[in-house]
Amino acid sequence: MIKSLQKRESDLANANRQLELLSNGIFANGELPTFKDKIAETNQFPLTPNKLEILQINLGYMCNQVCEHCHVDAGPDRKEIMTRETMMQCLEVIKKTEAHTLDLTGGAPEMNPEFRWFVEEASKAGIKDFIVRSNLTIIRANKKYYDLPEFFKKHNVHVVSSMPHWTRGKTDKQRGEGVFDKSIKALQELNAVGYGMPDSDLRLDLVYNPSGAFLPGDQASMEKEFKKALKEDFNIQFHSLFAITNLPISRFLDYLIASDNYEDYMHSLVEAYNPAAVSSVMCTNTISISWDGWLYDCDFNQMLELKVASKVKHISDYNEELLQDRKIIISQHCYGCTAGAGSSCQGTVA
Amino acid sequence: MAKTYYDPADLRKFGKITEWNEELGNKFFDYYGKVFEEGALSAREKSLIALAVAHTEQCPYCIDAYTQDGLQRGITKEEMMEALHVGAAIKSGATLVHGVQMMNKVNKLEM
Repeated sequence: MIKSLQKRESDLANANRQLELLSNGIFANGELPTFKDKIAETNQFPLTPNKLEILQINLGYMCNQVCEHCHVDAGPDRKEIMTRETMMQCLEVIKKTEAHTLDLTGGAPEMNPEFRWFVEEASKAGIKDFIVRSNLTIIRANKKYYDLPEFFKKHNVHVVSSMPHWTRGKTDKQRGEGVFDKSIKALQELNAVGYGMPDSDLRLDLVYNPSGAFLPGDQASMEKEFKKALKEDFNIQFHSLFAITNLPISRFLDYLIASDNYEDYMHSLVEAYNPAAVSSVMCTNTISISWDGWLYDCDFNQMLELKVASKVKHISDYNEELLQDRKIIISQHCYGCTAGAGSSCQGTVA
Repeated sequence: MAKTYYDPADLRKFGKITEWNEELGNKFFDYYGKVFEEGALSAREKSLIALAVAHTEQCPYCIDAYTQDGLQRGITKEEMMEALHVGAAIKSGATLVHGVQMMNKVNKLEM
């Protein structure tokens, strides 16, 4: 198993170094336009929030997997996880928020020892859509997680899980040896308790992101392929597929540079730029909260340590009205969310 | 001057051919775009055909473009290689079938 960039003491574990890379070279010499200049062409700079719809809470960077493309640089060697104290501050916000969706992510959020307590408490707040982003293999990682499908069902959690491909080779290459078989088993267990079945209210969606330096294909066509293959080969069903573009940060940026794909990938993102996607990118309807309670425009800005440009920067001072009156912080990684049909944690946006 | 005839970066400049003849260039790209839309054949099937033809035409730009296009569509490397063998079989078959002409000629000329 590979180690996180942080554990390897890689240059790219440093957010400033990543931001420097994303602003220099082809963006400094004029070969490609900066994201700011690009959105200014259609008078969309500065980017500002629309109505808040999603609170995304990152419960920690600890994970049982070390995926090659991970923008969080998550892994077993990451120890940053949210405390109960910060969770309690989040719960106060969840009770009052205008957002209709609560989205728990990580790392593997289930590895946080307070995860179950937090889900139980948060589910009482009456949020319409309560998402847990599960990497699937966690369900099979240890006996203490075997009952997660039942636990999710009990709290009517909407499960969103990563599945890069319907074949073993592509999945294991991106996510690690043995991940495909464990993921298939976990999906079958989720199906067994009712998740993902055609008429079931227990929602199970899959996330596809490309296993390499290329953009995702058409979401609807990919969903058709996934559904056909998973049903025929493993009798697995799910509701929707979200096709997500890999953003050039953290471990994916490291991969792009090491494989000499960085410049071509950035060209692909810029060529696929879709101005129609800009107004609905996820930072316009989401607030991302880190394990230590800081507020960000999105999970990607969180990993680049770009805190919201607002008087309110921490969950302890949370004020939705003030936060709405902010300018969203952008850099060249944002091209990842505006390529083609756009990309967000909920899939395409345009 | 470029040191080689083919520069991978030239693929990105393909759209610029319209600059020297806008009308015909645009007509070509309209046609091209239409051909690859979903139709009686899926866009996925068309991508595999394009990949095979890219190889039989030995066009390095097209090979790069349709390998990447295939990956984006979730096409596996096994499917890509099978498509190539279809192209290779037709290409070699097209060579060999001319052997009949050779045989005809030999049979006509020889006593």
